[in-house]
Amino acid sequence: MSQRFTITVNGKSHTITADPDMPLLYALRDELRLNNPHFGCGLAQCGACTVHLDGQPTRSCITAMSAVGEAKITTLAGLGTPEKPHPLQTSYIEEQVPQCGYCINGWLMTAAAFLRDKKKPTEAEIKDALSGLKCRCGTHISILKAVKRAAEMMS
Amino acid sequence: MTKFEHSSAFTRRSVLLGGGALVVSIGASVSLDTVLSLQSAYAEGAKPPLTPDQLSSYIAVNADGSVAAFFGKMDMGHGLTVAIAQIVAEELDVPFKRVKVFMGDTSNSVNQGGASGSTGIQYGGKQMRMAAAEARRVLVEMAAGLLSTPVEQLAVNDGVVSSRADAAKRISYEQMLGGKYFNVQLDWNKQFGNTLYAPGKAQPKNPSEHKIVGQPIKREDVAPKVFAQEDFVTDVKVPGMVHGRMIRPDVAGAVPVKVDESSIKDVPGAKVVWDKGFLGVVANKEWDAIQAAQKLKVEWSQVDPPFPEQASLYDHIRKASVRKRSVDKENGNVDEAFKSAAKVIEAEYEWPFQSHASMGPACALVQIKDGQVTCWSGTQKSHFVQEGLALTLDLPVDKVRVIHTTGPGSYGRNDADDCAMDAAVLAKAVGKPVRLQYMREQGTGWDPKGPASIHRARAALDATGKVTAYEFTSKGFSRVDVNTNGGKPHDTLCGQTLGVALKSGDGFGVPAESYAFDNKRLAWETIPPLLDRSSPLRSAHLRDPVGPQIHFASESFIDEVAAAVNVDPIEFRLRHIKEPRDMAVIKAAAEKAKWETRPSPRRDQSGSKVSGRGIAYSQRNGTRVAIVAEVDIDRSTGKIWARKFTVAHDCAQIINPDGLVKCIEGNIVQGVSRTLWEEVTFDRKSVTSIDWLTYPILDITETPAEVHVVLINHPDLPPTGAGEPSIRPVAAAIANAIFDATGVRIRRVPFSPERVKSALS
Repeated sequence: MSQRFTITVNGKSHTITADPDMPLLYALRDELRLNNPHFGCGLAQCGACTVHLDGQPTRSCITAMSAVGEAKITTLAGLGTPEKPHPLQTSYIEEQVPQCGYCINGWLMTAAAFLRDKKKPTEAEIKDALSGLKCRCGTHISILKAVKRAAEMMS
Repeated sequence: MTKFEHSSAFTRRSVLLGGGALVVSIGASVSLDTVLSLQSAYAEGAKPPLTPDQLSSYIAVNADGSVAAFFGKMDMGHGLTVAIAQIVAEELDVPFKRVKVFMGDTSNSVNQGGASGSTGIQYGGKQMRMAAAEARRVLVEMAAGLLSTPVEQLAVNDGVVSSRADAAKRISYEQMLGGKYFNVQLDWNKQFGNTLYAPGKAQPKNPSEHKIVGQPIKREDVAPKVFAQEDFVTDVKVPGMVHGRMIRPDVAGAVPVKVDESSIKDVPGAKVVWDKGFLGVVANKEWDAIQAAQKLKVEWSQVDPPFPEQASLYDHIRKASVRKRSVDKENGNVDEAFKSAAKVIEAEYEWPFQSHASMGPACALVQIKDGQVTCWSGTQKSHFVQEGLALTLDLPVDKVRVIHTTGPGSYGRNDADDCAMDAAVLAKAVGKPVRLQYMREQGTGWDPKGPASIHRARAALDATGKVTAYEFTSKGFSRVDVNTNGGKPHDTLCGQTLGVALKSGDGFGVPAESYAFDNKRLAWETIPPLLDRSSPLRSAHLRDPVGPQIHFASESFIDEVAAAVNVDPIEFRLRHIKEPRDMAVIKAAAEKAKWETRPSPRRDQSGSKVSGRGIAYSQRNGTRVAIVAEVDIDRSTGKIWARKFTVAHDCAQIINPDGLVKCIEGNIVQGVSRTLWEEVTFDRKSVTSIDWLTYPILDITETPAEVHVVLINHPDLPPTGAGEPSIRPVAAAIANAIFDATGVRIRRVPFSPERVKSALS
């Protein structure tokens, strides 16, 4: 039943044995101990589990291991570091965005892909791009400020 | 003599200073526990007992000069730890960056009540302020002896005590105490929880001397979060750990009567843990535990569906027998005044069950090793969970350690405490550490709910339109069907599934305002729960417990009365409000929002898209908030955009203005979500709000465009809370703005597009 999978995460290759139906989220969290993608719903409704597959924001909670294939996986830990932060990480700190912080993985990974593809977005475009992501603490106002700030840094 | 000679004279025996009032004990080997614990390692040596009457229970000075503050409350994401560090640094006269706050670990803090009722600064900060002031007094007194200089001739700068006359005479805190514990008795009031208070002999600083308190210092936990360097409770792992999942019935109240373990024999390592109504599974891998929970064949007892149809919820509340009635405020003769009224205005408002719906379902990890229990939990109240675990596992409290670890959001008594108990039962049953996370449908479907309620208000007017009497009565499910914490098995889902009977408490509340009417009565009534055991509609505290519902009704009604007498809503309030600080927040919000004085509704709009503005205000345990909401309404769709908020906020002394503004913004946005979208749905069998589709919350496309916050600071008044007060008037401000725009009064939350459209047509 279980199969061997070789996946590339944040530039490193890993081989794991798993049920082909198992969502990627559990491989990242339990096998590779990459804790940044969080379990929020398991239903692709909140975004807390978002990673990039070949640069595309993907909900890892519903992405079966068998569907990952050769795609290069990037998690929040692979987006930037304190020494070399992604502009969104810088702006999130400057705007002091998170409260509990459990959701920010989804917002940051989704916004990072959006800002890479869309220079100088309008506020409406930012909102549309982030629509569907959940934040229960209500930090949306700071999120918008931070994404706008990062957009300026990236343009 | 030099300071070094004094240092060397400072022996490893106890040194008596200041006439014997102060004992500083030094020595004793470092225990293994201390070495193992990163947090305890910030201070070493023989520690006095961890009791509220010991200064060492709150403050330690480390060998490197850093200061550890041990805090029995915790930060739920509002930056409370920053504020506490500011208070401690201020009173101790050390740089802010030298203070590290450890919170919510039962092994190094006393029970200050956990996160509770917006009292982090109001009560928790008060205690830490007194402890830090006492620590400074003690250290200065020690320095006086060591420097042979009277206390009054000493100054403290950045943790160095020096003679004002001779700067060469100086000694640092760490030279005197670094790495050793304070052994100083405090005057404890013998209470635990929020009201715990244990001052020393010191008086805290005069606010006019404050240099750190009041500054906009940033949080240090933001960077670890955005760089994925912080472990949440969901991320903690220990060797040998297995994963658990719980199984809940489709019909609330049912219990398993037959469990077919062979149905999960193909799931690697899966085991069933079943005891009465408690049913869970464990497996070595998380995905396997999930699979096992889904595949397990269970036959449940046949029970009658316990709930009414949702459509009849408010009728149920209206007709239900009153279990307890409380008149919390009354003056004059209300009944007589209504008899002689020229006109009576009446209205009734309705508020649904709401879910904490935390960002992730609760998670806890419990390890039982050599009779010692360690629990990592996102709970708001570690010390109560410690008690609950001791009772659940039948162990002494001192065998249980609970470590608060940042969880997936917390807005009151959510599912965290239940999860800790369930994890402990699983861990005991399988003899391994168990990490349990609930599934989404359990996080929303089975968390304790904010209670549903109805609210009746009436006002008597005389022939001139003067209000002669006012009565407000809430009737609803208790706010404490289960208590604010998991300290007792009957208050946890775990305890109830194991057969402990629910002990539903009675609690609600009345409007917190200062309207002075000659005859006034504010009352509440509670009704019995819908199900007396293991109910997914058991009620408990949800952010600003019962505040949003009560003030939605009371502040909507005040607006209704103002409209009935054709007076501007702010002018009407200011005529009747008596407390100057209440008036000040209303005036401040009105001024900032450029409020145009006129009665509501406005009558100058036509077409499908209309706008309006509304005011609402309330108090909360000393804090005052006034909110002006400006909303846009599309009459053709019923869609509301709560576009702009102006919030005037007075919580007396402000510790950190930036943190405060963020906290208020979150309150407003969550308040908009609760008002426009949130309603727990259920059928006769159980709760049907089980995910983000069936329990929608605010989307970023609906976020207010502007939230302007006016902070009113009273540095000379003791600080009051900010974690919840500003969510309180949000619903009424929006309702009043809708009325202003449309002339239609919506008296049932949430203001979903369907409901608004139907109300407007």
